Amino acid sequence: MKAAHAHSFYVHEQGRLHCLPPECKLAAALLFILAVVATPREAFWAFGVYALLVLSLSRVANISFGAFGRRLTLEIPFLAFAFLMPFFGTGSQVEVLGISLYREGLWAGWNIVVKGTLGLGTSIVLAATTQVPEMLVGMERLKVPRTFTAIGGFMVRYMDLIASDLHRMKVARESRCYDPRWIWQARAVAVGAASLFIRSYERGERVFMAMVSRGYEGNMPGAGAPIALRSQWAMCLVLPCAGALVAVSAWWGLR
Amino acid sequence: MSSVLKVRNLGFAYPDGHPALADVNFAVEAGERVAVLGPNGAGKTTLVLHLNGVLSGGSGQVEVSGLKVAKPNLKEVRRRVGIVFQDPDDQLFMSTVWEDVAFGPANLGLRGEELSMRVKTALAAVGMEHVADRPPHHLSFGQRRRVAMATVLSMHPDILVFDEPSSNLDPAARRELAELILSLGLTTLLVTHDLPYALQLCPRSLVMNAGSIAADAPTASVLSNGELMAANRLELPFGFDPATTGSSVRSRA
Repeated sequence: MKAAHAHSFYVHEQGRLHCLPPECKLAAALLFILAVVATPREAFWAFGVYALLVLSLSRVANISFGAFGRRLTLEIPFLAFAFLMPFFGTGSQVEVLGISLYREGLWAGWNIVVKGTLGLGTSIVLAATTQVPEMLVGMERLKVPRTFTAIGGFMVRYMDLIASDLHRMKVARESRCYDPRWIWQARAVAVGAASLFIRSYERGERVFMAMVSRGYEGNMPGAGAPIALRSQWAMCLVLPCAGALVAVSAWWGLR
Repeated sequence: MSSVLKVRNLGFAYPDGHPALADVNFAVEAGERVAVLGPNGAGKTTLVLHLNGVLSGGSGQVEVSGLKVAKPNLKEVRRRVGIVFQDPDDQLFMSTVWEDVAFGPANLGLRGEELSMRVKTALAAVGMEHVADRPPHHLSFGQRRRVAMATVLSMHPDILVFDEPSSNLDPAARRELAELILSLGLTTLLVTHDLPYALQLCPRSLVMNAGSIAADAPTASVLSNGELMAANRLELPFGFDPATTGSSVRSRA
């Protein structure tokens, strides 16, 4: 059985955002997230505007609200910490539904939840409209060092292979009646993980040999596709400009 | 005829002292297809990695089209020797097939239209133009092996070296690959355990055992020599008769 492909977040139904150059989309997403992060946590209206912007983009990207919501659930494990914050801390307390919570903890938790959710929402739109290889090309064009993009490329390329190795090892274990219930029965899983590490390391050596055999001397060849037009940059930068305007207005409103 | 590949007195031991090659001597002429046969651990892959200088440091010498395999010549040597590794997943590491096929020629300094032409021609040679924009891991194993061939064809090699080309292929893909290798008409060295494949593709075979060349003879005579085969742990598939199959291969050729 094949492992799930690494870029299952991509929406194949082409929308207007799909055809924009990846470097513009990446830069726009990053700058927009920076604007969100820079917004004061007390400016509820600003986060409402951001949410509207992200939801509108998700529609343009042909992501259904259901799919968008399901993808947002990815952040739940990361938000556990934020949900605990109001219960621990110092300073004044407030009563919410009969539970006594710390005011500062509530603000800190809210700050993480709202900014994290908006950041993830923006990333979902980016991932839905940009294939992973395009993303790497975009990073190269934004002058990210080629060594980093090459590492990213290898990771994407070999993630499926490692996942299917892992799956085959699991099937082989289960085929010999392995059904761990307790932590001390997990030795086989740990040993399997170690052997997967060794196998991946050995594959790395073989891949390097294959690269060297084709003249690799330490530098990855660059992407040869044409660069983005000014009009495409302008279109993409509307989003971070709007974000910056909202953030500045929010700070202005607090003065 | 001129020798594309000359291996003279080649010897090599791994850092732990384990000897892998000992006094290996042979030459491959232009247009020849030669099989390298032998049991596991005979030194076949070690030999292959010496042909383009990935491994070195032992005794003896390798020459590719008259150029000595040595550090100053490595770039040109690696252009001349196209190695297709056993597992295409080791060879295809870029995000798309096009980028993978372009990797070698781009390392040689090709850019723009010239690079595009190399990629298109190589993909057309293996019948894989239609997958140029796809990620390699979305292809079938047979397709990946063909694309792996294209990654070295795009470097215009003098000699193609295959490490177990028929492994993990279904019978149809195995046959198609054989037809492709024959149609390319390039000087070829084929390392394999698949003896019928060696008989079909290579008129001449080298038998390796314990790091040395145990025999250098026509493939049909190697496969018909029971004593030689047994001494080198070579076995034919059940029911396969090299005498009858060999004559049918010769008559088709």
